[in-house]
Amino acid sequence: MGKTANTSVRDLLFGDLWDYAPAPESRDHLTIHERYGHFIDGKFIEGENHFPSINPATEEQLFEVASADEATVDTAVKAARRAYDKVWGKMPGSERAKYLYRIARMIQEKARALAVAESLDGGKPIKESRDIDIPLAAAHFFYYAGWADKLEYALPGATPSPIGVAGQIIPWNFPLLMAAWKIAPALAAGNTIVIKPAETTPLTAMMLAEIIQEADLPPGVVNIVNGAGQTGAAIVNHPDIDKIAFTGSTDVGKIIQRALAGSRKKLTLELGGKGANIIFDDASLDQAVEGIINGIFFNQGHVCCAGSRLLVQENIAEELMHKLRHRVSTLIVGDPLDKNTDVGAINSREQLQRIQELVAAGQNEGAQIFQPSSPLPEKGFFFKPTVFTEVTPSHRIAREEVFGPVLSVLTFRTPEEAIEKANNTPYGLACGVWTDKGSRLFRVANALKCGIVWGNTYNRFDPTSPFGGYKESGFGREGGLHGLLPYLEVR
Amino acid sequence: MAKSTPTRLRVLKTFKLYIGGAFPRTESGRFLQEHNPKGQLVANFCRASRKDLRNSVVAARKAQPGWAGRTPFNRAQILYRMAEVLESRRESFESALIERAGTKAADAQAEVDAAIDRLVWYAGWADKFVQIMGTTNPVASPHFNITSPEPTGVVTAFAPRSAPLLGLITAIAPVIVSGNALVLVVENEHPSIAIDLAEVFHCSDLPGGVVNILTGLRDELVPHAAKHMDIDAIATFDATDEERRLIALEAAESVKRVHNFETPTKSDWSQASAQSPYHILPFVEFKTAWHPIESGAAMGAKY
Repeated sequence: MGKTANTSVRDLLFGDLWDYAPAPESRDHLTIHERYGHFIDGKFIEGENHFPSINPATEEQLFEVASADEATVDTAVKAARRAYDKVWGKMPGSERAKYLYRIARMIQEKARALAVAESLDGGKPIKESRDIDIPLAAAHFFYYAGWADKLEYALPGATPSPIGVAGQIIPWNFPLLMAAWKIAPALAAGNTIVIKPAETTPLTAMMLAEIIQEADLPPGVVNIVNGAGQTGAAIVNHPDIDKIAFTGSTDVGKIIQRALAGSRKKLTLELGGKGANIIFDDASLDQAVEGIINGIFFNQGHVCCAGSRLLVQENIAEELMHKLRHRVSTLIVGDPLDKNTDVGAINSREQLQRIQELVAAGQNEGAQIFQPSSPLPEKGFFFKPTVFTEVTPSHRIAREEVFGPVLSVLTFRTPEEAIEKANNTPYGLACGVWTDKGSRLFRVANALKCGIVWGNTYNRFDPTSPFGGYKESGFGREGGLHGLLPYLEVR
Repeated sequence: MAKSTPTRLRVLKTFKLYIGGAFPRTESGRFLQEHNPKGQLVANFCRASRKDLRNSVVAARKAQPGWAGRTPFNRAQILYRMAEVLESRRESFESALIERAGTKAADAQAEVDAAIDRLVWYAGWADKFVQIMGTTNPVASPHFNITSPEPTGVVTAFAPRSAPLLGLITAIAPVIVSGNALVLVVENEHPSIAIDLAEVFHCSDLPGGVVNILTGLRDELVPHAAKHMDIDAIATFDATDEERRLIALEAAESVKRVHNFETPTKSDWSQASAQSPYHILPFVEFKTAWHPIESGAAMGAKY
């Protein structure tokens, strides 16, 4: 790495001039067990068919985790049904609320341990798990706790009642946050749960199980079973589950939708996306550059609503790309536990290979690649922040969800063209719009076929704000008042 | 229906389909027959084909953005207008129910009453469901955050088999009130009433293509609707388990929204329980928009 700034632009490229002193978060007060089984009926059970869980930043084994078979899933569902019939379904909302408040508080108390665990197990930068994942997870329990005793206000004119036993399957990109998104509204509404964390990131879910136990939640209300696709299938196909909530890939979502065909189970799907981040020529460019960075490199791009297609108005494209390349060059890729790290480890070898494959396709199809020159750590699953220009809408990198730190840049001339390009995808999860003009922002926001539109910002989340997609990004909403609907029977 | 003079031969009506604001015959040239309870032939009517379905979806897709782009006030006025026009033709629908379907006079009157009133009821929701079902969200960041329902797009509905007039209104109104376009597939014993109803819609300021009505055989059209990549949602009434299974199986490919209504019992059709703002929700998406708020410091005041 050169020791002089290799640019004529007057910006402060500290990362280019000298190295950061490492600032790793310590992990000494975090206890990770050698083996994790399942959490069923209020008890930790040993489990079966253990497989290793890897720290993606070092490729070292962190622990072993069980893989639940059909019999184990059945035990969990029976416990959930018992708890629903005998305890939770009958409990006054005001009491349910207090359990959820307890869980929220305990997550806050253990926030640092949870953040370290999240970064170790999943590879995300500690500053994200510390400042975003864990606080938001606690906030979701707080928010929905308050709904538990106010459900009659949630749905005007209706008399809501819980659905029963919910089966929930969550992904590896926001392990604890996704667990909170799923568990909190389901419990507030009076349902009981069997939830499966992703096979690569079960650690914080098992820590949440400890919190649930310590909070004295009645046994069986929340059951956590570990495992991969087969365990998920056992949940989806279990005859005594009333509702399935799935967050993950569109491909798997379609499989689940088919699997439920003919059953009376309710279904919500939060699936993939190919978000467009639209930059108009009157936008504040420096602010937009930060938004673009946040939109695609947050959590290594492992975000279903990632702003993976940058649509730039043609007359500012050159200037914006210049600024963007500079900013990308300053990103620090490395140890997720280091507080300086901007981009951590790719979650798994499998995901790294998927990213590599799509990036190769981008190059083969004629797009121009830009990556910063700084080297990657020698061990672990890492990928350089990548920006493709000269992308056309037919390129695979413009159509398929990469789920990695890879940005495709396209240009447009008029708002109509921006809208058409943004909507030219089977997905419809999120978009960003950057403009100084409020009227233009609302006009474009209205025309976009997606569930979330971020105006002059990107990748913002809040428990009071519904989240979910149009089209092949799935159906149903999580978060906010609308996140209660899928867990309530409305009559 | 007024009796013709004995010497005059009655003019029979050719019942067609209703697609894109026009009344074409089925492209397939096929027909089915409707009989009254006495077994007498009432009419020949169209047996819609897969191609008719596809044409309807094209018409619906074309009409939908304009319909959704109308102000809710305007959509409310048009639904109310549909009620007005139905009211002005009530005798014709009453006699159709009596003569073709064998409905008792009092029941026919009640069904037409309920159908008109249901349209009026849903008309009123056009500019209110957004207020009731949308939210402003108090996020913990300096943003103004609003969630509002938007129509899903093109919806195909498989109409109820009972209540040949009221059942159709119950299926149509909650779908179109939010700005969706609809392809309604009608298979019941008296499909001619559906085409009479299409004429009501046709002169109610409802833009062509917003409601398309196909008479025919459900079993024939269900798989094609479920597979069609440009249909956003499917609604069913009276669906068997097998039909539900078939639709869900094929609908997954485009992640279609499928909603199976529980069909009211005969006596419940006219009850308030057969109408609900929550029947609008399966065919809307919620869009959440985040708009930044200038920070206090910037607006602030003291520099």
